[in-house]
Amino acid sequence: MAKTIDESIKAQGGSVGRMSYVRVIFALLARDLAVLRKTAAFFVIRVVMQPLLFVFVFTYVFPKIGQGVGGGGSKEAEFSTLLVAGVVGISIIFQAIQAVALPLVQEFGYTKEIEDRALAPMPTWGLAIEKILSGAVQAVFAGAVVFPIVLFVPATPVHLHIDWPVLITLVPLAAIVSGTLGLTIGTLIPPNQVALIFAIIVLPITFLGAVYYPWASLTPISWLKDVVLVNPLVYINEGLRAALTTGVPHMEIGYVYLALIVFALVLGYVSIKGLNRRVVG
Amino acid sequence: MNDRSDVPTAAVRTVKLRKVYGNNVAVDDLDLTVNGGEIFGLLGPNGAGKTTTGGMITTRVLPTSGQAFVGDVDVVAHPAEAKAKIGVVPQSNTLDRALSVAQNLYFHGRYFGMSKRVAKEKTDELLTRFRLEDRAKLSVSALSGGMAQRLMVARAIMHEPTVLVLDEPTSGLDPQSRLALWDILRDLNGAGQTVLLTTHYMEEADELCDRIAIMDHGKILALGSASELKAKAGGASTLLVKVSGDPGELIQKLENAIGVDERVKIVMSESGVKIIGKDVAQLISKVVSSAEGLGLKVYDLSLVQPSLETVFINLTGRELRD
Repeated sequence: MAKTIDESIKAQGGSVGRMSYVRVIFALLARDLAVLRKTAAFFVIRVVMQPLLFVFVFTYVFPKIGQGVGGGGSKEAEFSTLLVAGVVGISIIFQAIQAVALPLVQEFGYTKEIEDRALAPMPTWGLAIEKILSGAVQAVFAGAVVFPIVLFVPATPVHLHIDWPVLITLVPLAAIVSGTLGLTIGTLIPPNQVALIFAIIVLPITFLGAVYYPWASLTPISWLKDVVLVNPLVYINEGLRAALTTGVPHMEIGYVYLALIVFALVLGYVSIKGLNRRVVG
Repeated sequence: MNDRSDVPTAAVRTVKLRKVYGNNVAVDDLDLTVNGGEIFGLLGPNGAGKTTTGGMITTRVLPTSGQAFVGDVDVVAHPAEAKAKIGVVPQSNTLDRALSVAQNLYFHGRYFGMSKRVAKEKTDELLTRFRLEDRAKLSVSALSGGMAQRLMVARAIMHEPTVLVLDEPTSGLDPQSRLALWDILRDLNGAGQTVLLTTHYMEEADELCDRIAIMDHGKILALGSASELKAKAGGASTLLVKVSGDPGELIQKLENAIGVDERVKIVMSESGVKIIGKDVAQLISKVVSSAEGLGLKVYDLSLVQPSLETVFINLTGRELRD
């Protein structure tokens, strides 16, 4: 030490005192955004690759080589259109899981990097809410980054009809549900089994999430139609279809909101409990 | 928070603080007071309950029963308020690896309610004070162990906590970094910072701490300044005997020859056989003859003045580092 310690230390406990938890949450969000900004290029690559390839192969390559999904002609155009919601929805949920669950594995790992944030002056539930919001913000970014791809890559025209009130309320709600899902996964799955997240959670959610077909079209397989109702992505995608398109069948929008709110509350509760258990010994 | 006003200067206080993991009582109804302005050390072997005690005081471990206060804040009832009053340097490197050296400080300041400007100023000031300014933009993974430790201390004091809590702060540090950290802690304490640290290094407790609580099996066995504790050992000193051959036989023989009771204890250590008690110097001839009787060659015999380790062995019959 070159110098003796600053006099300011004498003023013990001076500068902090009581302060609002909201301020702490915003500071934690600012930290997450700083990290995101630093890795913006990776973020975009991570978000874009899967939907880009998917849309390219199924709505550009297939129609061009005469293997149109949906049956050719106007059906192809319909497929491109119904896929818009599915691909945006999958990007939202996938990104939120990645943004919340994966860092937690490191943060709770050997070094307990989370500790400095867990020791910020607010209760642990504040940290849980911050994680959920951070995941939600990144999920909305992901949805926004992917949106132009599904509009401009398909070979057949995409017909959008945007219902703004639904879009503006549904996207944040979907993003928050995705954030709670990410935090639930991140706090319940042991860090050393992270590869399991993809095998047992992410893959079923995405393949059975009404991404590539509207939920209503599952009627011929009625048991599956019922089973997939436990999948939050089904409601996200059905809601996005209501918000973005006409002519594609979708679930009654009231049920979509109801289900997403229930998911947000239940997963929010489970994930706050889970984080608390992991942070406080 | 009914009985908090009896010790107005207490920076930390625990009342029958207890933590049980399964059948294991890690901390056993601990009553502890850390006074404002002192460096207080919890000294004990691994598994004594030091880290768990520190964890409960700093809201990271939930007590099974009992209370802990930082200043006048009950840490269990009001963890958020308590967190504002504590600075923590944990045993492992908990620096935020996604952030640079400077950002680790800047965002810590922001978490604790500083404006952007204040957080920036404080960051620059701390980087200079802790000689890290030329690493400001580097990733924290580029820091040496000693530098990382300095950064963790800087981060922990940034929000001017009532008490700075360090868990085994120098374990794993090279001797030079350890001395540097002691200097930092002395300087901070000189400026009025209360410090609570856990350690299993007796020299660390001896050198650094105003008061020391010797802890084992979740309980405090003795409490006082280093010199008080040594005096409590009743002037016991240590006779260190090094022999060629199996010291186990020697210990057995000595136990018979000398007779072991509360006043004399014999333990085996890495460095040799230790005989601890009052007037152990008088036992030298018995030791030598016992060794010779066994055909063992005594190649070193020394009398060590009372140390905290003597105190610990005197209290527990065991070595501190076991």
